[in-house]
Amino acid sequence: MKLRPVAAILLRQWYLIRGSPVRILPMFVWAAIDIVLWGFITRYLNSVSGAGINFTTVLLGAVLMWDLFGRVMQGVTTAFLEDVWSRNFLNLFASPLTLAEYVSGLVITSLASSVIGLTVMLALAIPVFGLSFLALGAHLLAFLAVLFGFGVALGVLASAMVLRFGPASEWLVWPIPALLSPFCGVFYPLSVLPAWMRAVAYALPPSYVFEGMRQLVLGGPFATGPLVWAAALAVAHILLASYCFVAVFRYAVRSGLLARYSAETVS
Amino acid sequence: MRLSARECECTPRPAWRQPELKSHSDRRQGAEQLLSVRAGGGLGDNSLPVHTVQSRDRAPDLALSVRDLCKTYTQVVAVDHVSFDVGHGEIVGLLGPNGAGKTTIINTVLDVLRPTSGSIRIGHLDIRTQRSRALARTNFAAVYASLPGNLTVVQNLRFFGLLYGVRALGKRIEALLRQFSLERLRDTKCGVLSSGELTRVALAKSIVNHPELLLLDEPTASLDPAAAREIRAGIRAQVRASHSGVLWTSHNMYEVEEVCDRVLFLSHGQILLEGDPRTLPRQHGVRNLEELFIRLAREPLAHREGHHA
Repeated sequence: MKLRPVAAILLRQWYLIRGSPVRILPMFVWAAIDIVLWGFITRYLNSVSGAGINFTTVLLGAVLMWDLFGRVMQGVTTAFLEDVWSRNFLNLFASPLTLAEYVSGLVITSLASSVIGLTVMLALAIPVFGLSFLALGAHLLAFLAVLFGFGVALGVLASAMVLRFGPASEWLVWPIPALLSPFCGVFYPLSVLPAWMRAVAYALPPSYVFEGMRQLVLGGPFATGPLVWAAALAVAHILLASYCFVAVFRYAVRSGLLARYSAETVS
Repeated sequence: MRLSARECECTPRPAWRQPELKSHSDRRQGAEQLLSVRAGGGLGDNSLPVHTVQSRDRAPDLALSVRDLCKTYTQVVAVDHVSFDVGHGEIVGLLGPNGAGKTTIINTVLDVLRPTSGSIRIGHLDIRTQRSRALARTNFAAVYASLPGNLTVVQNLRFFGLLYGVRALGKRIEALLRQFSLERLRDTKCGVLSSGELTRVALAKSIVNHPELLLLDEPTASLDPAAAREIRAGIRAQVRASHSGVLWTSHNMYEVEEVCDRVLFLSHGQILLEGDPRTLPRQHGVRNLEELFIRLAREPLAHREGHHA
């Protein structure tokens, strides 16, 4: 893998973001709205609840982490969609660019934009609502890494879906995080889910992250085994998503879909 | 050894006279006969010497070598056993009616479309096994592959220059801006450029990496005659200077005659005829290339219903 083509993908995204307020604002605005909304909800819950639970870390922390995951996923997908919207596939893939270089460029773009969003969220949540991640300690980095990995996997998978089913299928991509959130136990323990939903949850790395977060915040015993398993699952999801992307790309090249992408189908 | 553009122009072209094309098998036989000529077999005492850059023995000197290329969709044969070469410093016109398979061939050479069978070599590099290295020596411009309209001219050139691994990119971009008279538009977004300006930017992008092989799919289709002439002259000068090979598709026969060293007539995915665009019409008893085009384009139509589903 060469660095220059990866730098080219990053540079293109930088040009697009730099010159467009409609691309810059969502990085800050939605993050800020989420934190403000959930910050006040948790403040209210803290005032009326006598359970002795600090909802700020349990709920607001969970919102922040889930938001980060969604941002990573949509960061990859949006960077990919920029090439869909500008009908740039022929120019891109008729160049020496490899798939690994292309996807790496998308992932690094997503990482950069997610870090910006995370910074804004933390800048609001910590001073305004008193969010503290101290209880999570060094585990926080592991939680972030797992969520980032799964976000990348879903972003790559969603891009493969758009490549396979055409530009209109982007509308199937946006609700994916909302679709997964009931299974991942973002706001409640997995034990409240019915058995079939728990079975799905165990295949999703974020489930382990949010379970672990709750255990740490509520002062319960924390086992590192599930977190290691979550990391392994995230890696497996990345590999699986990459396999899907490569398979779809090869299909697109073989069938002529890539050359006639705007037609959405070659049949 | 590489042939210069001057040598290419002076070297006699193969004067293969296509027999009356009555059926698919006739056309296929004709194509095979042509290949045998190009492979050095000859058509008899009357056949002219084979163009040196087309010889299979000189494969390392070729900018592009396509062998037995086929592309079949479920019920349609888009490209049917096509073989041809493009030499360094040579401009080869790929002509044919709409749907003949020209763009399919270009897409397979660019590896954005996988052929059903056959081989493609850019220089000495196989596109399947050495894709990145082969495509680093190639570039293209096509009316249907416009550059991202939300980037400026300079941003597009920088982006593609990086993708193609161009050294001293800043200097290269400045030279291209001068060459294509784009200095005034350097910070203008491509989406607001006129067709002619867009074509100039696309052509600048297409040579940003000094390609050994340049694929141009109707590069002047959206230009007025004066701009088209200017662009043609520019490309011709570029080819002479850089010694790159060019595969050029166009429906403008005047343009083809002016620019191309050699033409390939394609119909229903097969090469029907090959030769010098300036002498072919006379050899076939028609007044000009356009008449020859129309005649060849009509020939297979009667046959089509019987062959293609």
